[in-house]
Amino acid sequence: MTAATVDGAAAPRTGSSGSVLTGTGTLIRFVLRRDRVRIPIWVGSIVLLVLASVQEYPTLYATAADRQARAEVMENPAAVALSGPGYGLDDYTYGAMTANELLGFVAIVVALMSILLVVRHTRTEEETGRAELVRAAVVGRHAGTTATLVVVGAVNVLIGLLFTIGLPAALDELSVTGSFYFGMSVASVGFVFAAVAALAAQVTEHARGAAGIAGAALGLAFLLRAAGDIGNGALSWLSPLGWATQTRAYVDERFWPLLLSLGLTALLVVAAFVLSARRDVGAGMVAPRLGRPAATAALRGPLGLAVRLQRASLAGWAAGVVIFGLVYGSLVGDVEEFVSENSQLEDFLASTGGATPIDSFAAMMMTFLALLAAGFAMQSVLRARGEETSGRAEPILSAAVRRERWAGSHLAIALVGSAALVVLGAGCLGVVGAIVLDDGSFVTDLLGAALANIPGVWLVVGIAVALFGLAPRALPVVWVVLAYAVTVWMLGGFLQFPEWMYDLSPFGHSELPAQDLTVAPFVLGGLAAALIGLGLVGVRRRDLDTG
Amino acid sequence: MTSTAIAVSGLVKTFGPTRALDGLDLSVATGEVHGFLGPNGSGKTTTIRVLLGLLRADAGEASLLGGDPWADAVDLHHRLAYVPGDVNLWPNLSGGEAIDLLGRLRGGVDPKRRKDLLERFDLDPRKKARTYSKGNRQKVALVAALASDVELLILDEPTSGLDPLMESVFQDCIDEWKDEGRTVLLSSHILAEVEALCDRVSIIRLGKTVETGTLSELRHLTRTTISVETERPVTGLDGMAGVHDLRVEANRAYFDVDTPRLDGVLRHLTEAGVRSLTSQPPTLEELFLRHYGDELADRNGTDRAGAGRDTGQPADAEGADAEEADTEEADTEVAR
Repeated sequence: MTAATVDGAAAPRTGSSGSVLTGTGTLIRFVLRRDRVRIPIWVGSIVLLVLASVQEYPTLYATAADRQARAEVMENPAAVALSGPGYGLDDYTYGAMTANELLGFVAIVVALMSILLVVRHTRTEEETGRAELVRAAVVGRHAGTTATLVVVGAVNVLIGLLFTIGLPAALDELSVTGSFYFGMSVASVGFVFAAVAALAAQVTEHARGAAGIAGAALGLAFLLRAAGDIGNGALSWLSPLGWATQTRAYVDERFWPLLLSLGLTALLVVAAFVLSARRDVGAGMVAPRLGRPAATAALRGPLGLAVRLQRASLAGWAAGVVIFGLVYGSLVGDVEEFVSENSQLEDFLASTGGATPIDSFAAMMMTFLALLAAGFAMQSVLRARGEETSGRAEPILSAAVRRERWAGSHLAIALVGSAALVVLGAGCLGVVGAIVLDDGSFVTDLLGAALANIPGVWLVVGIAVALFGLAPRALPVVWVVLAYAVTVWMLGGFLQFPEWMYDLSPFGHSELPAQDLTVAPFVLGGLAAALIGLGLVGVRRRDLDTG
Repeated sequence: MTSTAIAVSGLVKTFGPTRALDGLDLSVATGEVHGFLGPNGSGKTTTIRVLLGLLRADAGEASLLGGDPWADAVDLHHRLAYVPGDVNLWPNLSGGEAIDLLGRLRGGVDPKRRKDLLERFDLDPRKKARTYSKGNRQKVALVAALASDVELLILDEPTSGLDPLMESVFQDCIDEWKDEGRTVLLSSHILAEVEALCDRVSIIRLGKTVETGTLSELRHLTRTTISVETERPVTGLDGMAGVHDLRVEANRAYFDVDTPRLDGVLRHLTEAGVRSLTSQPPTLEELFLRHYGDELADRNGTDRAGAGRDTGQPADAEGADAEEADTEEADTEVAR
């Protein structure tokens, strides 16, 4: 409580923990009541997805030879970057498969769940002013954050326990001990990112910003883990996702890496409490500054406003994409080395023919980049919807502004911004890669691949705009589209998804530079244009929905 | 210029099972300040949103400045300014930026007028919108609207967050606006404001117009409160048409009388020898409560003579509840 005493004005007079936590029990029930649908959906879909995947093993990988063939794929640097270092590849049991190929994916999903739930019950509540109502009652300073963390922590533990019980039940070969380590590794990642989100919620005034910071931390953790696993492994030890894979569930179990997660969680939670005691309810850590007394010429119409509203977010995504490009670009050299050190893998890749490891690595990175850009694009379309439901679109549309022009201005940012992100990321990846490989054509290869990937991103925009125009209340469904695409991308190869499941995803249709250009980008582009047109007609014809 | 700024007849708008507007009529003459009254949830904001082309009417005719509010929305919006009831601004824009943006979208702000209004409303344009109180956000919308050179002002409860000082600044501004021959549609709950500003008033209830006219015309439709002391006890009052809420105590009588029947009742009273008499003309508030109360009576399905005296609070609360239930439903739908 040193921080509280330094800042006398904000310090609670009665320093006992009882007073700052008063009301936590009631608030826990309140959080559970509000999320009585949301939490079961998260837990159910995460656990069932994993159990269903595991049950497919005997069909997909019936013999030891099948499993060993898969193990060789796992030694490909692209696969290492995506899933992890790969333990137990010599004797690739079903357990080792689960830990290597599912853990990384599930951990990310659980981290996202934890971030979204924590932000929803902390900063969103403050931003909307609802927290004011609660805090004016007999409720301690830290009760809200504590209640949220208790619930989200419990949800993570529940997921871990369901894996412990469920995985052995789904497949006999999976041991209870291994499943326990798997479950707890997943939960540990959830813990860390719940705490990250709680800390981020103290720093920014806006829920979107808090989720963005926590999401960026997750992205960084993924990047560190991937870079570390392809390189000498050191960087992986800076990442909670790395710690989770280091438990070596089902292979050579050890618990101590999880202590790192628990320690970091505790540290982050304490930091969040200290910061929250130093600030006012509803405020962030940065004091609001005075703005311009009059608007600049740039703030002239809906497009100027949309740029103004989204430029900070676009800058954040751009920074992320640049880091992504620089880090993975520098890994291209490691990929080459990784392959040359492993003659078996070299033989394997040679036997499959076609793409070099570097090309397939680059193609995978391009799809990743496209998914990131689609995340921004969707956020951008959702912003238009937010303007509508918050009532801020009403004064714009009651001025001399056509509906299409208003929606189109946000749409323009979604289209141009996402395309720019893909090109920017590909450029960074290409330039650094070209320097490492000493091969200038890598840049042009990647820029070509970037262009081929953009229509897929735009198709997601098209779907979002069509929903926005025709069924605005169903707009959050676009997240399902993105979640589907990510799932197919990350798990499709392992679970041997049928071809139609790949075809349904807007992404991965142009495996440049690994494969040649096909008509797919043009088809996707046309589809996107049609959906956007449909959506804009809908926007023009429907009622404005001010909630 | 047309002599009717707003002409609405038989307007219907449904939201799922809710019939928000149920054959509403509204007529606003050019150059008048028209009060638009009604309990919460009676359809005032829905009417305004239809007039702004934000919602499409299911049936009925609506004409705004001689055009179709839906089809000609953009052209018409050059000629009007709007202040919503619940002003929500972009948190990271300053007040000055929001004023300029909204003004430019309408075709420009008069810088002199803008400066003058900022001073009169005592608004600091440099503050970010997130730091403004409700009243200050309303001032931003008011300055943006009043600084633009338009024919028609549509105001939806524009002063609900203003302090009394600012309320009087607002009334001055509207008076000046009217002097320039411009039109105002003012939805308001502040009856003193309506009495001070409005030439004519429309009262709506459950999506229908129940009264419309000048204030004196409306007064005529309602009751006058009488308290009288007579030489002999008055008899026969309870049988008289137009007398309500009668209470007799020896030589004193207290009652309300429908204003058109006032003459006959007074004649009857003088027969008993009037010693003293006080009469209170109906205030706008009573006029208003009468309709709120009737709504309550209608909903309960009972015909209560004294309904006009009821506070109307329960009807009010009921409306608010229904509204909240709707919002919650909408929230969960979005969440799913």
